[in-house]
Order: sequence, then structure tokens, then C-alpha cells
Amino acid sequence: MSIDAATVRHVAHLARIKVNDEDVPALERELNSILSWVEQLSEIDTSDVEPMTSVEAMTLRQREDAVTDGDYAERVLANAPDAQFGFFAVPKVVE
Amino acid sequence: MSRLTELSIAEAGEGLKGGDFTAVELTEAHLAEIEAGAALNAFITTTPEAALKAAAHADERLQAGDAPALTGIPIANKDLFCTDGVQTTAASKILEGFTPQYESTITANLKAAGAISLGKTSLDEFAMGSSNETSAFGTVLNPWRDGDKTLVPGGSSGGSVAAVAGRMALGATGTDTGGSIRQPAAFTGTVGIKPTYGRCSRWGTVAFASSLDQAGPITRSVKDAAIMLEAMAGFDPKDSTSVNMPVPDWSGSLSPDMRGLKVGIPKEYALDGLSTEISALWEQGRDWLKQAGAEIVDVSLPNTSYALPTYYILAPAEASSNLARYDGVKYGLRVAEQGGSLIDMYEATRAAGFGPEVKRRIMIGTYVLSAGYYDAYYLKAQKVRTLIAQDFASAFERCDVILTPTAPSAAFAPGEKSNDPISMYLNDVFTVPASLAGLPGISVPAGLSAAGLPLGLQLLGRAFDEQTVLNAAAALEAAADFTAKPDAWWKA
Repeated sequence: MSIDAATVRHVAHLARIKVNDEDVPALERELNSILSWVEQLSEIDTSDVEPMTSVEAMTLRQREDAVTDGDYAERVLANAPDAQFGFFAVPKVVE
Repeated sequence: MSRLTELSIAEAGEGLKGGDFTAVELTEAHLAEIEAGAALNAFITTTPEAALKAAAHADERLQAGDAPALTGIPIANKDLFCTDGVQTTAASKILEGFTPQYESTITANLKAAGAISLGKTSLDEFAMGSSNETSAFGTVLNPWRDGDKTLVPGGSSGGSVAAVAGRMALGATGTDTGGSIRQPAAFTGTVGIKPTYGRCSRWGTVAFASSLDQAGPITRSVKDAAIMLEAMAGFDPKDSTSVNMPVPDWSGSLSPDMRGLKVGIPKEYALDGLSTEISALWEQGRDWLKQAGAEIVDVSLPNTSYALPTYYILAPAEASSNLARYDGVKYGLRVAEQGGSLIDMYEATRAAGFGPEVKRRIMIGTYVLSAGYYDAYYLKAQKVRTLIAQDFASAFERCDVILTPTAPSAAFAPGEKSNDPISMYLNDVFTVPASLAGLPGISVPAGLSAAGLPLGLQLLGRAFDEQTVLNAAAALEAAADFTAKPDAWWKA
């Protein structure tokens, strides 16, 4: 499987990273070289193998569904590039 | 008082308790070395005032006889751990100026044990790299040089190892996703241990690949590594993969006696083209452990060669998801053109804020998780990961600890591998398999290359058996008697 320039642009958009036209060929080359290198995994027969989804055999802990934290909006917003009226502010989404 | 910066953590602890010197003197000595070592670029942020204040408080506690294990010990923290009120960047432009309002569990644990933070050390951007060249704050230099040629310290915990090898801190925190503690430790003649996945809380640590990330210490002795890890490890309800197990007294139980233990030598690690220097060191390590009483056995880890490609699917996949949070809204950089849309802002911010290696990995991760490719790449890699973990489980039926080289070479020069991502990735060929299996691993300085550069040996153990790993490391340390140190050229 190799990817073309259109796929590079599509993946960049999915990843929300702006890519300039002049950078596409280099990215296409680099991504293809990595992808063709990882391709070697197809040599292994994994038809009877379960995927590893947890490093240690464990069940996820549960806790009481209760409020244990909070009430410090100003700390949550302290690093925001733009905060207004106690909210994160972003460019207008709906006209 | 430069002598103070030559002490081990264990010796410094004795000296402080015995009143030979104060925590303020010890801290001042290290701050002076940090200033003198500016050329190494090991730190992104230093906190001398807070350190001296904490040292004065440590002296009061020592006087009062109320002093936990690390009271007054000056350490450095990788700039991947969130520190309350102190800038935390992950060495990325996208987080420049980010000042956490909370403390990571690891740094909080160290603080509670009395350790003094001198500052935040540089790393590869978001811990993605093996040379520290991807830091947005400039390349860190290795305190060791090849003649006049400067070298990389390894990565990603490059600033931490440079600080410890350069006598700027008695110990430092690191994180290891695929070798980021062990490989740089090998490159700088320091000891670095990655504990079993789940031992150290990930809470408050900037996430790279959550199923692999583990914190651990970098020190100048095996005993110091044990002491520091005891303070860092422990159950944390705030991390859902933190393991609820008591932390053993690793330092108190440390023993270089290998009698009754079996050391496995995995034949697949004898790569084609492995340098004779590294092979000879590995051979030497085997002899040393035998002399310490161990029985040497051959073991097989048949899927070893698939570990790196597996890692370079899984780690970028997890990273692409973890790094989605850097969008110019909650913290860090925002790049927004007048009148642009929200999506434009996300894309412009991430384009400007992430460096090339981080972008590359996010895009690979996005691709392997995208519709139509998930099964072929991500699911396949998860299955191979199972096989790699099974390899280790079978090997540990035949042995108690596994000995390998830590890295395929000594430290290299900046620029030597940065143009070819895959040749850079190959640095982690010996460290990545145990990361995928979640097992504990340590790198111990074991000798010098022909060029006079440090080389490390790696020991891997069963899950939660850090004690055997540390004991075997102590045996290697005793036999290797590694006393070489860099010549402090950076002060000239």
C-alpha cells in the first residue's frame, strides 16, 4: 500500500495540520518509506492471535459516580489563549 | 564545593543526615554547575530561587529529624512532567509558556520524599526522538565528546541524562516509551531504569503513547536508581492503569549476588552487522554475571525483528489521538487569521506549533487509524504485540533476567541520523521489545568504546520483578567498575 499526494492532503486534514503544497512531495516520500517499512508485519500469520488491548491483565477500576473535584474555572482557563466570561473563546462557528 | 556534585544520592543523604554539609550548600553547588554547564543546553527552565527555598526548608527538616528518604537531594525533572506554577513545554513550541495549575504525581511524590527540583530538562519534542535534536529549544549536547566532535545525548530524556552525567543534578526523572530512559543513559554513562508498566503514575505527565509511557529515574549508580524509583513509584487512583501493589524496599534488598539465578541471552539480539565492540561488551557482561554466580542460558525471542515496526504503528496511533488536544483553545499557542474559521485555526496552530517529527508521527498515526486501514495496520500491530509479549513470557520460563546491549552504537554526532527517520528509529531496536511487553528494563554503564565513549548493557526482567533487574544491574556495576567521567570541556 502506498499513498499519493491526495492521501497526504486528506490525512493532514484529518489530523488538522495545515500542509503547504510545496511540502507535500517530501511528506509523501517520508510517509511511504515508513509505511513500506512497517509493511513487513504482513509476513506474520496472526489469524489465531488476540490483539493486545491491555499491557497488564487488569480490569478497569470503577469509582463512585460522584463529584470529587472542581469549582475552579479560573485555574482551568488560566492558560487559555483567549478566555471570556468564564469560557474558552474560539472563532465564530455558527453564522 | 565542587566535590558535593560528585556524590551519589546515597552518599549525599548520609552527608546531609550526618551534618557534613547542608541542603543549601548541596543545592548551591549544583546550581553553580548548571550555570557553568549552560553550553550543554540541558535545561529549558531552571528554578534556582524555588530550589534554594526548598533547600532551606529541607535543612529545617533535617535539623528536626523529620526527614524522608530524599530530603535535600537536588534533582532535575524532564520537562514532560507538569509542575504547578512552573512552565512545562514538552520541548514543543505548541506548549511554550504553558504553566500548569497542578503537579504531576511523579514530581509530587518526589517532592513529598523531600527532593529538591532544580528545573526542567530538555527532551525530544513530545518525547519523540532518540537524539534530542527535535527539541524546539535547541539540541542538547552530550557531556561526552569524541575528541573535539560534539555528540547527541540520546533521547528522548537527553536533558535529564546530560544533567546527571554533567554533574548538574544528583538524579533526574525521565520517561521511557520505547527506550527514552535506557538509550540516553547508555549514551552518557548513567544508569536508567524503566519500571514495569503501571508502577509509576502517568497522571500529569504529558502523554505520548499511553499504553507504553512509563516514568523512571536516571542516576549515577544502581543503588541511587533504586532509591529514586522507590520515591516515584506507587499506586495512584488518578491513573486508571496504575497498579495497586506495594512498592518494595528495592534499595534495602539490593544484592549483586547472582547465585541461583539464570540469565537469558536472546539469540535474536545478535543482529547482522552488530559492531564487534558491542558484541564484545555483551560477551563481557555475560562473563561478569557468570562470575557473580549466575547460570547463563540461551533463550529465543523469535518476533524481535517485528518489534520496531509494531512500535512505529502503535506509538504514532496513540500519539495522534493524545496530541489532538493541542488545538489552540485550552492552552499554549494559537495561530488564527482574522476572519478564519475554527478549523482554519486548528490547522494553522498545529502547523506552526509542531515540529517535523511530531507532524510525521501524527500523520502516520492518523493514517493507520483511518477508515479502511485500521485492520491492516493498527489491529495487526496489536496482534503482533501479543506475540512479542508471549515471546518474553516463554523466555522467562527458562531464565530470571535477560541480558542484551542497550543500544547498537555509542553516541553519534548531531545531524548524523536526523535526515533518515528509520535509521534514527533503529537506535531503539534493543529497548522497544520490552516496552511493548510492559516489562522492567535498566541500562548500566559497562565500558568504553574505542573512541572512549560510554556503552551500556541492558537487563530485562519479569513484570513487577524490578528487584532481580536491579540486583543483576548491581552485579554488572560491581564488575564493570565504571569510573570514567566526561572531562568538563564545556566549562573551558
